[in-house]
Amino acid sequence: MIKKFVYSQKVAPYVFVLPFILIFLIFWFFPLVNSFVMSFQDRMLGQDPKWIGEANYSKLLTDKVFLTAIKNSVVYMLGTLVLLIPLPMLFAVMINSKLMMGREFFKSSFFLPALTSVAVAGTIFRLTFGEMEGSLMNSFLGLFGIDPIKFLKDGNWSMAALLILACWRWTGVNMLYYLSGLKSIDNEYYEAASIDGASAWQKFRTITMPLLKPTTVYVTTISVYAGLAMFTESLMMFNGNNSPKNIGLTIVGYLYRQGIEQNKLGYAAAVGIVLLVIAMVINLTQLKFSGMFKKEED
Amino acid sequence: MKKRSALISIVTLLIMSLFFTACGNASDSKTETQQLGANAGENATELSFWTFVDLHGKHLDKMLGLWNEQNPDKQIKLNVTVMPYDDMHNKLLLAVTSGKGAPDIADIELGQFPKFLEGDNVPLESLNDVFAPYKDVVVPSRVEIYSKADQVYGFDYHVGATLAFYNTEILEQAGVDYKTIKTWEDYKQAGIKVYEKTGKYLGTADTSATWQASLLLAQQNADFTDENGNPKVNSPEMIKAYEMLVDLQKNNVIHTIPGGQPDTEEAKGEYNKGNYASALMPEWYMSRFVNEMKDLNGKYAIAPLPVFEEGNPRSVGLGGTGTVVTKSGKDVQLAKEFVAFAKLSKEATTEIWNTLGFDPINMEVWKDDAVTKNPDNEYVQYFKTNAFDTLNEIKDEIRAIKSVKASPTIGNILNTVTLNAIFEDGQDVKEALDEAQAAIEQELK
Repeated sequence: MIKKFVYSQKVAPYVFVLPFILIFLIFWFFPLVNSFVMSFQDRMLGQDPKWIGEANYSKLLTDKVFLTAIKNSVVYMLGTLVLLIPLPMLFAVMINSKLMMGREFFKSSFFLPALTSVAVAGTIFRLTFGEMEGSLMNSFLGLFGIDPIKFLKDGNWSMAALLILACWRWTGVNMLYYLSGLKSIDNEYYEAASIDGASAWQKFRTITMPLLKPTTVYVTTISVYAGLAMFTESLMMFNGNNSPKNIGLTIVGYLYRQGIEQNKLGYAAAVGIVLLVIAMVINLTQLKFSGMFKKEED
Repeated sequence: MKKRSALISIVTLLIMSLFFTACGNASDSKTETQQLGANAGENATELSFWTFVDLHGKHLDKMLGLWNEQNPDKQIKLNVTVMPYDDMHNKLLLAVTSGKGAPDIADIELGQFPKFLEGDNVPLESLNDVFAPYKDVVVPSRVEIYSKADQVYGFDYHVGATLAFYNTEILEQAGVDYKTIKTWEDYKQAGIKVYEKTGKYLGTADTSATWQASLLLAQQNADFTDENGNPKVNSPEMIKAYEMLVDLQKNNVIHTIPGGQPDTEEAKGEYNKGNYASALMPEWYMSRFVNEMKDLNGKYAIAPLPVFEEGNPRSVGLGGTGTVVTKSGKDVQLAKEFVAFAKLSKEATTEIWNTLGFDPINMEVWKDDAVTKNPDNEYVQYFKTNAFDTLNEIKDEIRAIKSVKASPTIGNILNTVTLNAIFEDGQDVKEALDEAQAAIEQELK
């Protein structure tokens, strides 16, 4: 009986997708629905929940700290898009070139930071960008007679520091995506272009970039999500979730502050739902404009 | 040439990457658990204890040794876990409110305590029965701060009386005698001299803590909240306090410090280098000097705080850590008895001074010269003056600042936004405090 069931061609596909469906339902769908319900409640661990309707959302609308968190997250996300798409693409093309010496060495040196614990990297960057005269960046600036800068007390400088950390950490990973994208481009295109007398730049613009589009769309999608969900880097860089004037506060940081630090789980759930909506809207728009919903031509 | 510089950058990059990766592996051991109670027998009850201060574990280790000697039938082994401040409080709040994974005993910092007392179902054990024998010998205000509706939930390590710590070496260079500093005006004139003669600052303008605001409010018999627990951070007293500090900052008497306040790693480094000549901090800051600022050994003297006008109260109890027993513990009664013994008994308070250098809440010890002036004590050796001389002088002037439901929010907004706006950006004091009041009210809605 069991054998018949397992070998049945009708049942087998469902059995194979079952683990995914279960994981999706237990770890994604159920928490999502639960969060949605919680966002309409005044809920604290250890206390009975109270239904308060849309009060959490109307409070969020006038919450200046939340707006600061959204601004920080969006600026960070845009910064990572501007830096972490073109640079890795360029490095991947360089490393993929036959003229390049020591390719494997480059690949591993770019990739190593991704293996580093973000807690440690954040802490080291915090010390690097410290406000003391003796911190690495300030002693470097001191060589040129520049006065020490309070990097982590200034919004622009601290955002720059967070973006440098992001670049240091993720360039190698994105580069690997692009390298695998480059491997799938048929060399015949380049040969044909060479016969037609195309320059290296023309080949890059008309062959490499268009054919890397699926990779770029993928990298953009995960970068949008990663940028909006950034939290640990900021937590480590500012040695806690409370940065001066909230310059390092992100949406997830605010969710953590409300939910975990203040035990206001209902309000935190509302923050989470807003984050989900923002991420979905940006990603769906981006996928729509990049034509990812169109059926592939045969 | 180009090739060479490229090669150098590659090598540097690789070394940095390898270094960071190597550090990454070492970082996992930040939270450590250690078993105390070496003299406990095989039948000893195993209890767990979470704290965010390594030294607190050392104190409990000594107390556990004594407890196991005196109570052979109720011996304890204690698994101590030290975690970073935020991390520990967040985990503990989740654990006690969800009823799963909480330790038997835990340290909760005063500023975080109201979060644990919210609502009707307090997840902590009432300590009233074990507190009863000590009721008459401890400072009442240090017990009230951990109480709710006549139930005591935590015992503190110290009174935390705020004192002035002066670097006499720097002051002598500037020709200033710290004993003559009685009022804030005296402090200002001394600071002006110190800056002119040595280029150093007399004190700090704190941007990430409210020690200064607390002591200046207490001196005016005011608080951050009104009698109903509602925030009032833009009160005339608060404005007066910060306007005075801004005046000190403009005259180079005080200056912002890396880390934002004296009790941070970066700030202790600055003190150790001798860049600031005084710290106006609670008594427990002595332990930071002795353990973390060893270069300053023999240079610091202790005195009462300056005041607005002579006759104002010269101190306020600040900071504090309540040791609690959670409801989900294995042997709640045993944990409660041990906590009372380890925090309130005569033996405990003596050890609190000897090991931690704190001013114990059992004031019997304050008068015992054999303990407080013991020449072998490292806290006695480190400072030029004896802390208890000053503590006994001001002991009737130690005010309290309330810790209520609104306190964590008030602290959060002042420490992240307002103080930076005032001292770093030069925002008008009244304007900054009005904005803070509005932000706190919005958050508490």
